[in-house]
Amino acid sequence: MLGKLTFDALPFYSAIAFGGAMAEVLAGVAVIGFVLWLGKVRYLWTEWLTSVDHKRIGIMYVVLALVMLMRGFADAIMMRAQQAMAANNEGYLPPEHFDQVFSSHGTIMIFFMAMPFLSGLMNFVVPQQVGARDVAFPFMNSVSLWLTAAGAGLVLVSLVIGKFSTAGWTGYPPYSGIEYNPGVGVDYWLWAVILSGIGTTMTGINFVVTILKRRAPGMTLMRMPLFTWTALVTSVLIVFAFPAITVVGGQLVLDRYLGFHFFTNDGGGNMMNYINLIWIWGHPEVYILILPAFGIFSEVVATFSRKRLFGYDSLVYATAVIGLLSFSVWLHHFFTMGSSADVNAFFGITTMIIAVPTGVKVYDWLLTMYAGRIELRVPMLWTVGFLVTFVIGGMTGVALALPPVDYLMHNTTFLIAHFHNMLIPGALFGYFAGYTYWFPKAFGFRLDETWGVRAFWFWIVGFYLAFMPLYVLGFMGMPRRMEHYDVGAWQPWLIVAAIGACSILVGIGCLITQLYVSIRDREVLADRTGDPWGGRTLEWMTASPPAPYNFARIPQVHDRDELIWRKEHPAEADKDDVASEIELPENTAAGVVIGVIAGVFGFAMVWHIWWLAILSLLIALATVVARSFGDDEELELSSDEVAALEARGSGPLLGY
Amino acid sequence: MTAESVVPGRPLSASKTPEIDPLQERDFGFWLYLMSDAIIFALLFATYVVMTRGTDGGPTGQDVYDLTRASAETALLLTSTLTFGMASVAVASGNRNGVIVWLLVTAVLGLGFLSLEISEFVGMISEGAGPDRSGFLSAFFALVGTHGLHVTGGIVWIAVMIVQLLVKDLTPSVRSRLFRLGLFWHFLDIVWIGIFSVVYLPGIL
Repeated sequence: MLGKLTFDALPFYSAIAFGGAMAEVLAGVAVIGFVLWLGKVRYLWTEWLTSVDHKRIGIMYVVLALVMLMRGFADAIMMRAQQAMAANNEGYLPPEHFDQVFSSHGTIMIFFMAMPFLSGLMNFVVPQQVGARDVAFPFMNSVSLWLTAAGAGLVLVSLVIGKFSTAGWTGYPPYSGIEYNPGVGVDYWLWAVILSGIGTTMTGINFVVTILKRRAPGMTLMRMPLFTWTALVTSVLIVFAFPAITVVGGQLVLDRYLGFHFFTNDGGGNMMNYINLIWIWGHPEVYILILPAFGIFSEVVATFSRKRLFGYDSLVYATAVIGLLSFSVWLHHFFTMGSSADVNAFFGITTMIIAVPTGVKVYDWLLTMYAGRIELRVPMLWTVGFLVTFVIGGMTGVALALPPVDYLMHNTTFLIAHFHNMLIPGALFGYFAGYTYWFPKAFGFRLDETWGVRAFWFWIVGFYLAFMPLYVLGFMGMPRRMEHYDVGAWQPWLIVAAIGACSILVGIGCLITQLYVSIRDREVLADRTGDPWGGRTLEWMTASPPAPYNFARIPQVHDRDELIWRKEHPAEADKDDVASEIELPENTAAGVVIGVIAGVFGFAMVWHIWWLAILSLLIALATVVARSFGDDEELELSSDEVAALEARGSGPLLGY
Repeated sequence: MTAESVVPGRPLSASKTPEIDPLQERDFGFWLYLMSDAIIFALLFATYVVMTRGTDGGPTGQDVYDLTRASAETALLLTSTLTFGMASVAVASGNRNGVIVWLLVTAVLGLGFLSLEISEFVGMISEGAGPDRSGFLSAFFALVGTHGLHVTGGIVWIAVMIVQLLVKDLTPSVRSRLFRLGLFWHFLDIVWIGIFSVVYLPGIL
């Protein structure tokens, strides 16, 4: 009846795991209790969970990302604490638990923090930037969100019921195979990744269509804002790269569930196929994460330098070239596989080439700042912090691109330092910049500046303290994922790294405080213009928060920096804008139902509860079919309703 | 485009209408889905080719493939593409009953294909040449089975569309769904030609 699920699945094996599970359950209960206390259950359901509005979906993605950031960071600081103390002793985490911690840290940060964060920002911003009223497929957008949430839910559930994978975030076989990992951990990882991957693929398709088909008249490709360009390239990468993780995940599922021999040691299996396939997805994934952040930096740097973006064309071409090259470098993740020197040289060279367009971008941003009137507001701080820090990571990356160097550094903490040095400043700082930059657009008030500055400094100092020692430790030969060690010389560096993690903890505290202070002082921080920063692109033309349809009249685009053009040509600014009927898709519970059912399906598969798995698949299928019978449910807004919404203006939380 | 974009203030008359065609967007989105699905198959093909030698001393392609059956499967699927084409012709001429009949024929041919494939799988498994026998057979079952699952999905979709034709008639959105179903069905045919040429022919020759 319940498959493998018994009371033994509860985390009584370790006091720390039990404490973590309790904390998670209590946090969940607290959130539900808070919503009940506010009496907002119906509001939450009708206005948010069932919403197909791209802006609300975007905000929900970012909320998911921030929640998962807490969880992923909790894992990070546990690892830092363990390694800081575990010289010549066992530390406080048993090996089995430590392995779960680093596996869930990577899985969460990539799949359930970074991916939802960038999906959320893309969702919120792109339709407004291209002058559209929504994405091309609003319902599918809701399904994408809830599939991602289902995957995140599985990872969270694994802390309470059963265990998570111990095979790292990439789940290499044969260790992740059934022979060496008979428990449920790898299955949790697999279903979380596969479900959210399907959701992400749909997001990719949605945004390619939205950007190519829904641009306002006059917005040629070379007039698209840079963030939209990076969103387009990222979406194309998603469409082409995510099939690889679906395939490799499916193959590992078949190995584990039905005794296939794709990646086993025996039976003619070949585990290197897995490693190739996962990195055919995995390397483009790095650029999927980082390109939208590059787009954000491009928007921020132009806005806060009060200058037209320098080298727009070169930034567009660099983005596209990075997108193409990202499919030609995957083997640099495993030079040590033992390919011939020619193969390794090929991938080493492509890896170095990909640094060239990235370098072009850095120069473009610097030259945008050159002779600009720079305002060091919080988004700009993140950008400058990124520029300085990212270049260091880029250089260590080029070093690692040399196969002989990689042979020395492979799987040492040098590698850990390198990719954190790319992804924390490159992706996360960008998302933070975007979060601060577009927050007033979402809610009608800015985020508090002081706490933002504090968060930035604690983050960046913490970053340097946490990861520069790992470069040193890499040179000293420390492998990654060490639960304890007996080299005393490593410990001082690991203590510094732990102090860095504590600084980042304070930085996260500052972000939480910033949110609280900003909501408290929202009247002071109010943005009643819709354009708090002196923006350059179309999204600053809408109200803050925008009306459900964004634009009452579809703007006619005249220039790349359309809003600046309109500010400079007030007489003819909106004379070509086109009024057209406003039709909005109706909210639907189908998205959230499919998400929940998908989560149940994943859970049932993890615990081998076959009847439940089949039942949930059938319900999901029935939901999709039933939905296809209701043709194009749309809500047409009357001119009175539009007039009322237009008269609402901008300001804190209007419309929420 | 670049020269144009550096001249601010000049609207493009050609792209002036903000009309959006949602059905055309869905077609475009579906093409993207097919591309993504094509990559799934490409990777399964690549896996198969890499693993053809991973037989672990067990049966090879020559031992288990039956060219007659594979040819019959091919004939059924190719004919079903033709009959789907007839359904599309009926859509174009607004002949609802014609569409239903041709869709039914297509579904029957698809079911015939599936029954041959299932009997092949059952026969192989009963002879000890199941997917758990060797890496080679795992790759075979995954590739051909994924295609078979797609065909199954296509047949379910045909059934749904027949019901929609009966309930709704040939509305624009039903026509547009039929168009995408057609893309899907023909796509499966192309994949099958790949399977026949990469899996069955070299396995036997």
